[in-house]
Amino acid sequence: MPTPGYTREIPQRYRLEANKCKNCGKISFPPRLVCPYCGARNFEPTKLSDTGKIVTFTTIRVAPGRYAAYVPYSIAIIELNDGVKITTQVVDCKPEDLEIGKAVRIIFRKMYPEGKTGIICYGYKAVLI
Amino acid sequence: MIGIVGYGSYIPRYRIRADDIARQWGRDPETVKRGLLLKEKTVPGLDEDTITISVAAAKNALRRAEIEPGEIGALYIGSESHPYAVKPSGTVVAEALGITPEVHIADFEFACKAGTEAMYVAYAQVRAELVKYAMGIGADTSQGAPGDALEFSASAGGSAFIFGKEKVIAAVIDTYSYTTDTADFWRREGAFYPLHGGRFTGAPAYFKHILGAGRAILKKNNLKPEDFTYAVFHMPNGKFPMSAGKRLGFKREQMEPGWIVPLMGNTYSASSPTAFSATLDIAKPGDLILLVSFGSGAGSDAFIFKVTERINEVREKAEKVKDMLTRSPIYLDYGRYAKFRGKIIMNE
Ligand SMILES: [Zn+2]
Repeated sequence: MPTPGYTREIPQRYRLEANKCKNCGKISFPPRLVCPYCGARNFEPTKLSDTGKIVTFTTIRVAPGRYAAYVPYSIAIIELNDGVKITTQVVDCKPEDLEIGKAVRIIFRKMYPEGKTGIICYGYKAVLI
Repeated sequence: MIGIVGYGSYIPRYRIRADDIARQWGRDPETVKRGLLLKEKTVPGLDEDTITISVAAAKNALRRAEIEPGEIGALYIGSESHPYAVKPSGTVVAEALGITPEVHIADFEFACKAGTEAMYVAYAQVRAELVKYAMGIGADTSQGAPGDALEFSASAGGSAFIFGKEKVIAAVIDTYSYTTDTADFWRREGAFYPLHGGRFTGAPAYFKHILGAGRAILKKNNLKPEDFTYAVFHMPNGKFPMSAGKRLGFKREQMEPGWIVPLMGNTYSASSPTAFSATLDIAKPGDLILLVSFGSGAGSDAFIFKVTERINEVREKAEKVKDMLTRSPIYLDYGRYAKFRGKIIMNE
């Protein structure tokens, strides 16, 4: 990820900031310029809930380089309490600990460093609660 | 009244037992555990560092303070393991908490006392009426060289304290600092592991500064050890804080609630702050608490706090230290521990 793009996405990656359509009321995450539900262009900022439950999940056993140290690990689709779905890694547990419907909390973690000398990228992940 | 309006800690889920470290290096586990009074220590996850630990502790402090993050006008983080050599941890933490851009930020370093330094300056900012609320955090993911005595203790965790004039749960009665040039422990720029002066870290370093600061703040306030309900001293191992406390005239019962080192290890900048947080978890209105940190190099910060009625309203709003320490830890063997801590040489 190039550094300028990372900086631009900080509000959504660090604080789960989303857009709520002023016309139809639906929430877009990540935030969009045009509402995918009604085509309107007027939004108000909103913060997503930091708790939710697992909708479905999968276990990664062969990972791309920057995630290789984590295997085996789980990626889950999580429905947050405000109804928005996000996909993220579930950490601090074993893949066999996961179940559909289990409650999770969204937390702030390191995603990956850009090599040995580049910036460290942070973002959201989930833990079981 | 100026004091703490919210406090919170964070302790990673991962642990390694002293037994496993001792066996790795051919040492007798029982001798090590008896000598240091340490059973196990916390280990940061692969995706945890001083920044993520600070964010987690700060969120718990905000839950208890019940204030808007934007009301915090200053954020200070003390650590000896800031992820960047140049770029303050506080910039990332403030952004994650949503307190940018109207906030004054600085990272502090002073071996194990950087956390109380951050608290000291946060308190001073509120007292100077430059900001409404200020947050001081001590957080670390400390490393000891493989096979060194420090490897049994160097651990990970963090605690955050929000200072203000309203909604105070523990008022600051007084502060005192005691500092000298003492080369008991250091790490040069670019070196991966610290070096220490072995036995020199005891009497002329830890004890001289802890006792110096402790005696002075008691005398200055005309207080005796028996006036305090609790006392917290920096915990490089299990023995030093108990021994220092006894020499100052405190009893075991006054120190026990904060004596979390056997299960947590020495969390460096977060050591005495997290012990203090564990003490607030059980403190009652009216209790006097003495907190004395120690950082190699060397110095001690001392604080006297008086707990208010509001403690009973906020205590349950975030997880307590004892619960974080005992709730389903994930144990690592030495091999996984070495991988987690980046002690294994890998190809790029
Ligand atoms: Zn719409």
